[in-house]
Amino acid sequence: MTGTIEVSLWRGGKEGRYQVFSVPQRVNQTVLDVVTWVQRHADPTLSYRFACRVGMCGSCAMTVNGRPRWTCRTHTSKVIEDGKLRIGPLANLPVIKDLACDMRQFFEKWQAAKGVFSPSKTRADAIEKIEPASAPRVAADAAIECINCAVCFAACDTVRWNEEYLGPAALNRAWTLVNDVKDAANRERLAAVAANGGCTACHSHQSCQEHCPNKLNPTASIAGLKRRTMQAYLKGEL
Amino acid sequence: MMNIRLYVLQRATAMIMAPLVLAHLFIIFYAASRGLSAADILGRTRGSIGWGAFYALFVLAAAAHGSIGLRVIAAEWAGLRGRRLDIVMWSFGALLAMLGLRAVAAVVLP
Amino acid sequence: MTMHATTHRRNALWIAAMAHRLSGLALACFLPLHFLVLGLAIDGEARLEGFLKWTANPAVKLAETGLVFLLAIHMLGGLRLLVIENLPWRPVQKELATAALVAAGLAAVAFLACAV
Repeated sequence: MTGTIEVSLWRGGKEGRYQVFSVPQRVNQTVLDVVTWVQRHADPTLSYRFACRVGMCGSCAMTVNGRPRWTCRTHTSKVIEDGKLRIGPLANLPVIKDLACDMRQFFEKWQAAKGVFSPSKTRADAIEKIEPASAPRVAADAAIECINCAVCFAACDTVRWNEEYLGPAALNRAWTLVNDVKDAANRERLAAVAANGGCTACHSHQSCQEHCPNKLNPTASIAGLKRRTMQAYLKGEL
Repeated sequence: MMNIRLYVLQRATAMIMAPLVLAHLFIIFYAASRGLSAADILGRTRGSIGWGAFYALFVLAAAAHGSIGLRVIAAEWAGLRGRRLDIVMWSFGALLAMLGLRAVAAVVLP
Repeated sequence: MTMHATTHRRNALWIAAMAHRLSGLALACFLPLHFLVLGLAIDGEARLEGFLKWTANPAVKLAETGLVFLLAIHMLGGLRLLVIENLPWRPVQKELATAALVAAGLAAVAFLACAV
């Protein structure tokens, strides 16, 4: 496979424009490879973010031909349209420069959803046995492989329309902890996800599960939180 | 803009209304097939406690359900927040409940 | 220049959610008028009958068919949401949304068949 790809890259911050580069096409080339080629051979001032290059760290997500994707695991051959690639920063987050956006609010919302493990035991206690086939473990397993890439956050219109909304990733994380029998903070966690901007704001557009590169289903996790918070509310625990 | 209290109320009214809407649709089909007439409608509803309760419940559930729905749309698409959002929700809910109960009274009271 | 396209909106389930919102909005707009018409009966059967005569107009019948469709699709779409939110997840989301659309269409056709 030879030839060139016409690559448009977003340049600037909130205000900016797409700049066109001609990039050689290669076999097994990823979108991240294309961006890296531009920085190394065409314009060293191009800003973008990546780390692991193997789909584990979740730092290289960008908007590729209108769709948020993890660029290190996206082959150009799968996404090129008419020989063209248009690559921009993720939506729903402030742009710092070029392809790098400010992830702070994404992680702040992760914290606001109480997406942090809160231990119920000390090192002096015996380790609690968790049956792999138990219902909570199965529910947590289904949601646990999130790499914090913010692809779901960028694809979600509820995030776009409601600045308070915690978003699919943070709520999905909260759901894994709600199902962690070792966690001690579930009362506070349910209160946090039942408040304004929590799970009840979700409209089940299901763009999150449609776009998740790890094929997780945050919509299902959020539905689980809706059931759990509704039960807690009806019991008067919230 | 949406919290667990409004969420539960909206879903509960939805569950209440699902069978009511189904019944409403069948009544609409039946009435349409006979040709819509005031005598037909009022003959069925006037003086009927059952129909009165059916429609009063329907109106109140619809008022709560619709005003919460409108609240979310007003927040997400019109950018309203805080007190203005409460005003939109409560005034629309009150409008629906008032007009609706007035209509129920009009067709039920003999 | 706009930074982002919005390809995520080309998804059947996103469209189903939008159909639910827009049908709800339309019903919310229609309900006050519906109640006002029925309220005409306060002034006696004749006032209501006078209005109902007007609804025999074919254009009004067509509008009513639209309303039946809106009501049916909002109810069925709402049941779909209640299933998503309250029952264990099932992977037939697009099928459920399509079934709701088809059933609402059938309800509208049934109304037209009854009314004509």
